Amino acid sequence: MNVLNKVMIIGVTSSIAEHTARQLVGKGASLYCVARNAEKLDSIVKDLNVRAPNSNIIGAVMDIRDSQGHMKLLDDAINALGGLDAILVAHGTLPIQKDCESSWETTLVEIDTNALSVLSLLTLVGNYFEQQRRGVIAVISSVAGDRGRQSNYVYGAAKGMVSLFMQGLRNRLFKSGVSVVNIKPGFVDTPMTVGFEKTGPLWAQPDSVASGIVKAMEKGKGDVYLPWFWAVVMFVIRHIPDAIFKRLSL
Amino acid sequence: MRLAQFPSRNGPFTVYGNGRSYGDVCLTGDATLLKTRHLDRFIAFDPDTGVLECQAGVTLQEVLDLTVSQGWFLAVTPGTRFATVGGAIANDVHGKNHHSAGSFGHHVISLELVRSDGEILTCSLEENPLWFQATLGGLGLTGLIASVRLQLLAIESPWMRVVSQRFANLSEFWELNKSMEANWPYTVAWVDCLAKGANLGRGVYYAAKHLDAHSFQSSESLTPKPLSREKTLTFPLDSPISLVNNLSLRAFNSLYFRKPVEPLGGFAHYVPYFYPLDAIRHWNRIYGRKGFYQYQCVLPPQTSVDGINAMLQAISKSGQGSFLAVLKTFGERPAAGMLSFPRPGATLALDFPNREGHTQSLFETLDSIVHEAGGALYPAKDARMPAELFRQAFPAWEQFAHYIDPQLTSNFWKRITT
Ligand SMILES: Cc1cc2nc3c(=O)[nH]c(=O)nc-3n(C[C@H](O)[C@H](O)[C@H](O)COP(=O)(O)OP(=O)(O)OC[C@H]3O[C@@H](n4cnc5c(N)ncnc54)[C@H](O)[C@@H]3O)c2cc1C
Ligand SMILES: NC(=O)c1ccc[n+]([C@@H]2O[C@H](COP(=O)([O-])OP(=O)(O)OC[C@H]3O[C@@H](n4cnc5c(N)ncnc54)[C@H](OP(=O)(O)O)[C@@H]3O)[C@@H](O)[C@H]2O)c1
Repeated sequence: MNVLNKVMIIGVTSSIAEHTARQLVGKGASLYCVARNAEKLDSIVKDLNVRAPNSNIIGAVMDIRDSQGHMKLLDDAINALGGLDAILVAHGTLPIQKDCESSWETTLVEIDTNALSVLSLLTLVGNYFEQQRRGVIAVISSVAGDRGRQSNYVYGAAKGMVSLFMQGLRNRLFKSGVSVVNIKPGFVDTPMTVGFEKTGPLWAQPDSVASGIVKAMEKGKGDVYLPWFWAVVMFVIRHIPDAIFKRLSL
Repeated sequence: MRLAQFPSRNGPFTVYGNGRSYGDVCLTGDATLLKTRHLDRFIAFDPDTGVLECQAGVTLQEVLDLTVSQGWFLAVTPGTRFATVGGAIANDVHGKNHHSAGSFGHHVISLELVRSDGEILTCSLEENPLWFQATLGGLGLTGLIASVRLQLLAIESPWMRVVSQRFANLSEFWELNKSMEANWPYTVAWVDCLAKGANLGRGVYYAAKHLDAHSFQSSESLTPKPLSREKTLTFPLDSPISLVNNLSLRAFNSLYFRKPVEPLGGFAHYVPYFYPLDAIRHWNRIYGRKGFYQYQCVLPPQTSVDGINAMLQAISKSGQGSFLAVLKTFGERPAAGMLSFPRPGATLALDFPNREGHTQSLFETLDSIVHEAGGALYPAKDARMPAELFRQAFPAWEQFAHYIDPQLTSNFWKRITT
């Protein structure tokens, strides 16, 4: 079991991340919480403080696309928590695919948010954990990164880049005892998916996804589909021959 | 959006808590639902004073999960812990301790009300007192309750000491009630609705209080026993016919009545004591596809003895007994809100499987008894009360109407004002 006493959460204002934070403080963890919206961050830190009055919970405001600031952010977190056991990277945006198709600038911003900012963080924290010879790196990517589909391939490409990067990082850090956990949720009922028709068995609630994340981090799993049945769904999707796949409207 | 505000487009809207009301106060025909469950953050809790501040979508269960272990309980709780704090305020809910503690609204220190025009009102007895009174029991029509400060009740253990006693008829109930209310903070009676004649109104009286630390520590058999969600039973499917037909009811009621009643000194954990129905999720399914109606009224003290008697006679005569027939008296404390249901008198709550015509004509009989007695029906449990009965029973409704947010409506409100 990995220790999760000192955890840094990037994008804690994400609904999934907030529920994960609640479960972690419920187990006694101290948290360094990063988000770009100061007001929302403040209300989350207050809530976590009520739930766990004895935990050390610190909030830091930052737009995570500012990768120049990542080194300082990591240092601050380590100093504030007195060390670091794990990082959970949860921030993300779901672009409107059509907007990306008509604007390279938009595409670039989405790739930056969903992929490049993550790789920058992972580069720094990977080195830190490698030296420490333990640690958990968890990132919420997505099932969308498993195969490109016309409805959201910019988002999918960014998530897919993160997934491939993590495969390599996991391979590199295995001998150092560092867990690299790739969380791939399916459809989750969060603000990211407002406007979607959220009925049917494919939709999960953020608190149940959060339990899956905590378990995967504790056990040091590799690729984790949440809920589990997405592993089956995506196995099928990945194995549809391209000659057929390219004709589908997915 | 997790911070409370109205959507940018136009309404009408209906505010929806956790949908634990039986009727249509949280339902809507053409309006958009504003779901508040996501407003589930705590803001502050002081374990020295028991003052809790939280967003309105926090459920009572989430409050208790946080506070019981720190020695604090909800000052008033309804029979379900899945209600939200906002929903509990909007119906100004009551519990088994109304005679000693009043209603939920009596323990609200202040609340933040968000109006559709963006205005945010802090409401309390001192600040915007009329808005405060309109919002306690305000059926979700005065605005979106965003956050709340509550005064909790100090407890010494998660356990309850429970006593019970049978009564053979209504006059025994009234006598027993007087002595029990004087000594116990929580009281309630179950009445056998099928009993007739001399047995009319027979039942079992339950009284309880929070167990003190001393008795808690000296009893070895008591260990904390939180009933988790997974452990609750689920009623998986709608039963094709109502299981609460006459026969099964008779069996149930007489079983209940014969159930050995423990002498002084039973213990119960607070979860099964306060929330027996929460343990069976979707318990309403045993009534079959046609569903069921709740009927809960309160009759003022002067008319309650005769009125309850007349109602039980009408029910027993109709043979449409009820799975749950609950009788309790409310205390003298003046109502917290303009449209609060709890008021001095006796309250009777029943539910009936929906047998259409039969059920409707019984309701008409009951309505006229309530009407003559000067009583009121409970909006949270109503899907059918006649508009005149509402207006008679809630005379402040016209004053209340000034506080309604122009973008808010509900099926209930449309029904009783047109
Ligand atoms: C098993 C069971 C037992 C019960 N026992 C009791 C009992 O003993 N005593 C009792 O009094 N009631 C009882 N009830 C009724 C229940 O407590 C009330 O109906 C309660 O209001 C339900 O809360 P909710 O959060 O589910 O609200 P909903 O049912 O979703 O909504 C109720 C009302 O609150 C309004 N509302 C909800 N949230 C907000 C908000 N944030 N701002 C403004 N308005 C809002 C809605 O518009 C609606 O008018 C019981 C219900 C059940 C299912
Ligand atoms: N919901 C789903 O169905 C689903 C499915 C698969 C994967 N995911 C992934 O799960 C993760 C969490 O998403 P969610 O569903 O919980 O949605 P969410 O509640 O919308 O969370 C996304 C969060 O990321 C933050 N964010 C975006 N860009 C940022 C930046 N540049 N700097 C700092 N914070 C930034 C947002 O902050 P603001 O609030 O300030 O905008 C928001 O709080 C995301 O990576 C998402 O891609 C979600």
